[in-house]
Amino acid sequence: MFEITVNNRIIDAKPEETILSAVKRAGINIPTLCHMDDFLPSGACRICCVEVEGMPGLVPSCSYPVQEGMNIITNSPRVIKARKTVIELLLANHPDDCLYCVRNGNCQLQNLADQYGIRERRFVGKHKTRNTVDCTSPAIVRDQSKCILCGKCVRVCEEIQNVSAIDFVGRGSSTVIAPAFNQGLNISSCIYCGQCIMVCPTGALRENSFTKQVTDALNNPKKIVVVQHAPAISVSIAEEFGIEPGTDVNGKMVTALRRMGFDRVFDTSFSADLTIMEEASELIQRIQSGGKLPLMTSCSPGWIKYVEQFYPGFLENISTCKSPQQMLGAIIKTYFAKKEGIDPENIFSVSVMPCTAKKFEAARPGMGRDQVPDIDATISTRELARMIKTYGIDFGSLPEDKADTPFGIRSSAGKLFGGTGGVMEAAVRTAYHMLTGSELKSLQIEEVRGVKGIKEAKLNINGLELGIAVVNGVGNAQQLLEQIKSGRKDLHFIEVMTCPGGCIAGGGQPRNTDIEKIKVRLKSLYSIDKSEKLRTSHKNKAVQQLYKEFLGEPLSHKSHELLHTNYTKRDVLI
Amino acid sequence: MEEHIYKKIFSKYRGSKRDSLIPLLQEIQHELGFLSKDSVARVGGLLNLPTSKIYGVATFYNQFRFQPYGKYHIQVCRGTACHVKGSANVLSALEAMLNIKAGETTRDGMFSIEVVACIGACGLAPVISINGEFHANLVPSDIEKIIGSYKNRKTLEE
Repeated sequence: MFEITVNNRIIDAKPEETILSAVKRAGINIPTLCHMDDFLPSGACRICCVEVEGMPGLVPSCSYPVQEGMNIITNSPRVIKARKTVIELLLANHPDDCLYCVRNGNCQLQNLADQYGIRERRFVGKHKTRNTVDCTSPAIVRDQSKCILCGKCVRVCEEIQNVSAIDFVGRGSSTVIAPAFNQGLNISSCIYCGQCIMVCPTGALRENSFTKQVTDALNNPKKIVVVQHAPAISVSIAEEFGIEPGTDVNGKMVTALRRMGFDRVFDTSFSADLTIMEEASELIQRIQSGGKLPLMTSCSPGWIKYVEQFYPGFLENISTCKSPQQMLGAIIKTYFAKKEGIDPENIFSVSVMPCTAKKFEAARPGMGRDQVPDIDATISTRELARMIKTYGIDFGSLPEDKADTPFGIRSSAGKLFGGTGGVMEAAVRTAYHMLTGSELKSLQIEEVRGVKGIKEAKLNINGLELGIAVVNGVGNAQQLLEQIKSGRKDLHFIEVMTCPGGCIAGGGQPRNTDIEKIKVRLKSLYSIDKSEKLRTSHKNKAVQQLYKEFLGEPLSHKSHELLHTNYTKRDVLI
Repeated sequence: MEEHIYKKIFSKYRGSKRDSLIPLLQEIQHELGFLSKDSVARVGGLLNLPTSKIYGVATFYNQFRFQPYGKYHIQVCRGTACHVKGSANVLSALEAMLNIKAGETTRDGMFSIEVVACIGACGLAPVISINGEFHANLVPSDIEKIIGSYKNRKTLEE
């Protein structure tokens, strides 16, 4: 530690940190656009410039290391003028259609223009009218006219997800961000995780919205509109309504969905329990009959697409189980439709997901029967929040309600699916029961909890040494795949979630890349698990009844028909 | 044929890292005339680089093209003298007439445009070269006639 002077105040700084990080700790704000915590600085946008005594020019604080005795001014007239010019130049090519923009009100560029008092257009760029929207993908829409070339999406795609679907194309003022050969996202190697949307400071990246289809269905008297919400939604949607992050608003959300006119409100955590029954059985079957190991989870559609493109040799390792979204979708249009005497064609099945890739998953071949899709529309947490506001529902004051039976009954194990390690924890609880007939002494498996990228553990179940690994972020998963490729054999079961932190930080969630706030969402899931009585999937009465009445047993013929799927190699430019 | 060319080039670059990217792309373009999706994917496989990255690097430089040359390859001089004499307008007229941008090839494969720096004929500025034939002291309105004459050549040959 040594001392530096900032705005005539003396503050402590650590050797080898940047000016930005030292100054931030002292409670002084410096605006940033291209900066991301825990990434190498790129220094692309120059909005974070500060004045350092003795330096001829302004320096970018995000990438400039502190030195002992430095005298820094973060708000001199020169600095303010430079920042203002940076914003004005960024706006030179901007379409200025804030009123029509999905990020209206939570756009970093808009906020900066406001904070720095930009009241007129000083420059008009030659790309001002450029209108190139890529809406080819089922999940993500890219609008290059709003792009400020900060490069965050490129870095997240490369450094966290190891996909590199997009990069800077061209040079100088004609630079754009695009997939190889300027192709549409739909035929690129993009895995639709949506992490690029989460880091985008403007409206250049957004989800492909399905709110109109949902509203149309709600207004169609012929349709029975059924909705399911994923485990991660109830612990994160609160943030969209200004409620304390991490608050579980499950009851309020159910009320809101009912008031919007959904005929049935189900919980995807129910089918997470169902997934566990199938997946744990599959794991045991593979171990006992010498099947392909390690078994890898299949709940995360971005991960599936990643393996299909980059590691098709591992496709046999992936569980054939559909994701909870698709399992419930299939059950709704078969079992539920039959039981209620509704023609499946008249059911409009909506899923609320923390994910953008789920939109793609719902459109995969094999996710329906007789030309009727299992899921008709997938909306993200953000889209649901927007709809609730459109419907004029005062979320904060809503009473609490319970989801409908039978698919609203869930164990807290199913709820854990919303965060990294949750699928593993739930699966181990049930696999242990299936193998031994008794319950784990401690249901809480500490080794798989937390947001660390790769977590591993060895469990001993009746003499069977079970090697498990939990990874989040595809880049981390790739490391593990490479280890297995080069001969690692001690793992039996691997849980992969595409997004860092799991679904709680999925690409469809309230925009927040602050790891501390994401940890709060995870903590909320843990406290739900701690406080509830029904904590294992196999004890879920509704799941048991479904097997008794309809499916028979896990891995039965009927299960395979409805709850399992297959994967194929994808030919895309990788 | 192509397979043979790739084999020949790649054998020199076995074990290479990303710093060999540009010479490798140059050699491929030299042999095949342009960089196809296939060649970019192959280079990606060899150097363990994503195609988006390779395309990003390749588009940064003017020298790389992603479509084969047309039957008539038009080089438009954008050197200083030609610039002063209005070569930007000549280029726009060409692009508008052929409905392609510099670096592209018309759909029928007849014409391609390339922007080059000074071709050493400053006295003739602004100048373009079509398959080595020079057209000098141009104004944008000349373009229609010139392109027309090459189109006629095409019909005559047929």
